[in-house]
Amino acid sequence: MTLARHAAAALLLAVVLLILSIKLGPFRDFQLAEVAAYVTAVAGLTYLIGLSGQVSLGNGALMAIGAYAAALLLLHLHWPLELIFVASAVFAAVAGGIIGIAAARLRGPYLAGATLFLAVALPSVADKYAGVFGGDQGLTLAITTPSWLGVTFPPERWLAWITCAAALITLVLLANLSRSRIGRSWRALRDNEIAASLSGLNVARMQVLAFVVSAACAGLGGALIAVVTEIVSPGAFTLTLSISLLTAAILGGLGSLAGAVWGSLVLVFVPTYVQDVATSHGLSSAASSNVPIAAYGVVLIIVMIVFPSGIQGGLRRLLGPVAPAASAPFNVWRRHAPASENQEEGTT
Amino acid sequence: MKRTHRVNMALVAGTAVVAMVMAACSSSGTPSSSSGSSASASSSSAALTASAPGITATTITIGSHQPLTGVAAPGYDEIAPASNAYFQYVNAHGGIYGRKIVYKYLNDQYNPSITATVVHQLVLQDNVYAIFNGLGTPTHLAVAPFLNSQKVPDVFVASGCECWNAPSTWPYTYGWQLDYIREGKILGQYIEQHFKGKKIGYFYQDDEFGQDGIKGLGYEIPRTQVVAKESYNPANVNVGPQVAALKAAGAQVVISFSVPAFTALLQLTSLKLKFAPQLAVSDVGSDPITLGGLLAAFGKNKKLSALTQGIITDGYLPSLGSSNSWITLFKKIHAQYLPAKIPFDGNVAYGMAAAYTFVQAMFKAGRNPTRQDLLNAINGGLPQGPSVAPYAYSATDHNGITGAYIAIIKNGALVPQGPVLVTDTSPSGAITRFSTPQPPAPASGIPSS
Repeated sequence: MTLARHAAAALLLAVVLLILSIKLGPFRDFQLAEVAAYVTAVAGLTYLIGLSGQVSLGNGALMAIGAYAAALLLLHLHWPLELIFVASAVFAAVAGGIIGIAAARLRGPYLAGATLFLAVALPSVADKYAGVFGGDQGLTLAITTPSWLGVTFPPERWLAWITCAAALITLVLLANLSRSRIGRSWRALRDNEIAASLSGLNVARMQVLAFVVSAACAGLGGALIAVVTEIVSPGAFTLTLSISLLTAAILGGLGSLAGAVWGSLVLVFVPTYVQDVATSHGLSSAASSNVPIAAYGVVLIIVMIVFPSGIQGGLRRLLGPVAPAASAPFNVWRRHAPASENQEEGTT
Repeated sequence: MKRTHRVNMALVAGTAVVAMVMAACSSSGTPSSSSGSSASASSSSAALTASAPGITATTITIGSHQPLTGVAAPGYDEIAPASNAYFQYVNAHGGIYGRKIVYKYLNDQYNPSITATVVHQLVLQDNVYAIFNGLGTPTHLAVAPFLNSQKVPDVFVASGCECWNAPSTWPYTYGWQLDYIREGKILGQYIEQHFKGKKIGYFYQDDEFGQDGIKGLGYEIPRTQVVAKESYNPANVNVGPQVAALKAAGAQVVISFSVPAFTALLQLTSLKLKFAPQLAVSDVGSDPITLGGLLAAFGKNKKLSALTQGIITDGYLPSLGSSNSWITLFKKIHAQYLPAKIPFDGNVAYGMAAAYTFVQAMFKAGRNPTRQDLLNAINGGLPQGPSVAPYAYSATDHNGITGAYIAIIKNGALVPQGPVLVTDTSPSGAITRFSTPQPPAPASGIPSS
């Protein structure tokens, strides 16, 4: 029932995107493809934080795993794209599982710190084994549009199609997961771990599962970005990317798939738009190249002040009755409350 | 509950601050953006038409990707503004057949992913005629296949990677600066001749730049003379282990293929370890003004900039200290079009020299050029310009400058040692003296049509 409803919504969205991709110019199609790739990665992260209550600063590195897996499979084994996407997600999921097992022992900022190491350390693996990963300059791939589309078909539209399809399938699967027993268990342990475990939930296993799911999404997102930009290099998967993913998830509204879309739109469009405006208003290049970074920060601060529960939460508040999920961001941290209060009681 | 709220906000705010610090800006000064003036020059003969994407009756729009913020920005962020200053000079003196050049360079932060995005924007949305002087080996490798599939001229890449010379796979891509293999050969021969029997150590960046350089050195220096090969990763600023290894191996001469920041780190670490070999540094890592500034800044002592004294290097543009007509021209344009914040250094000369080459090629491409006309113009060979050695350009060779002179840094300037040497990229190719004097800069400062 839920599956059918989600599938129908996705189908409707697919039709809209199809028309959009034909109406838009090639560069907008390219941006659409970028957004779709980020949506995939951000959606996984927003569930990890918003539903299971764990923070990861390492999802950029998991994207790198997916991206390198995709590049190597394409270059050496010439697999078809759909298989490559699945395999990249699996590779990253395995890595995510291993991290998840370690991470399930950690809480809050300690967990964030532990995942941080991944974001910092992983890119240098590519330099260390330059023979396999191409070192600093990475691996270049060429994506060809299938012949049945004809030679004049814009390659950017094809990219937009495959990335949007992958993103939509991911979103449908995630939406169902949220409504399932697993989603409910995540919420239970997010809100109160002790209560959840008293109700018979295996807290650690659920937390690892959340890591696996978010890693699979990140891996797929990485593979999509690799296909869109046609290059995989360590410079693309720095700590900045991990933090951008986190800010996109927070901006959009934690725990919300629609929020992941808003966050990704901001991530892709705000910098380009602001730089264009800055340049066309005759700002010097030193200023105009820094303005997008500042603008991103300003947008983040304003959204946090005006819509503490993210863009999607804000929209919900403006447009309709308050949905329970709207307060999700603060629920994330609420589970730390008992611990911190206990500590303070202990000290006094 | 209230307390947790505060913790939440603090965490979120903290994340926001971290995000902004991570993306920290490090650009120095740059001039006002290019003037896309609509004032058209009165056409003298045949009408000017929109003959190709990016070309209108009044303008030629070209694009570039440059590191304007981020780790690679210090120094390199002066290159595009310097090129733009030269274009503004040309625009103010009649343009190219009356058309004005609009140079749109976007910040890619030296991140190949962003390079892909900004170059897609330049080609698909801004409809640039060509991509000019895109900076960086890893960054430009991300877009070279795309530019070639879109048939967009990709001229004078700002990187000495030999990879740009691939006319059969990348017919639209052209290198410009002296490639690192030729440079390695020329430096290597000098060291081999002047330090016979001495123990030699290599210090190099562990990527195409350093590896190409080492390859070139290896063509000239006997294997038995090399006692240590130490590489560094630009992400790790601790070069202590490498310097200690060079010292332990007893290296008397150290040849370094490094970027300026790592040349400075090599020197400061050597000083700390009381290791004082003769140092030879490739052109990109030895600009005395940039290097001196970094030495003083890293060592927190102005006197340390004197460490540049005595470094052996090479130059493919005239020495900045000389009275060469090209340097005089570039100094004049620098004074007129660039803010005082940007010093007249090797990066500025580089940007202007590359821009001159582009204007040269555009004049040769004709009055109403298609994109193919530009390729034909370069494939037909370009006359020697600001560089001390001629270009290699032909239909089968997309390398640029073919030679350099050896120089020693004295009092913050390159002092040439001997003649200009030219060579090819093959292991056995001879290194020969290029004795034709460099043609002087045109009096107008603009290549003739």
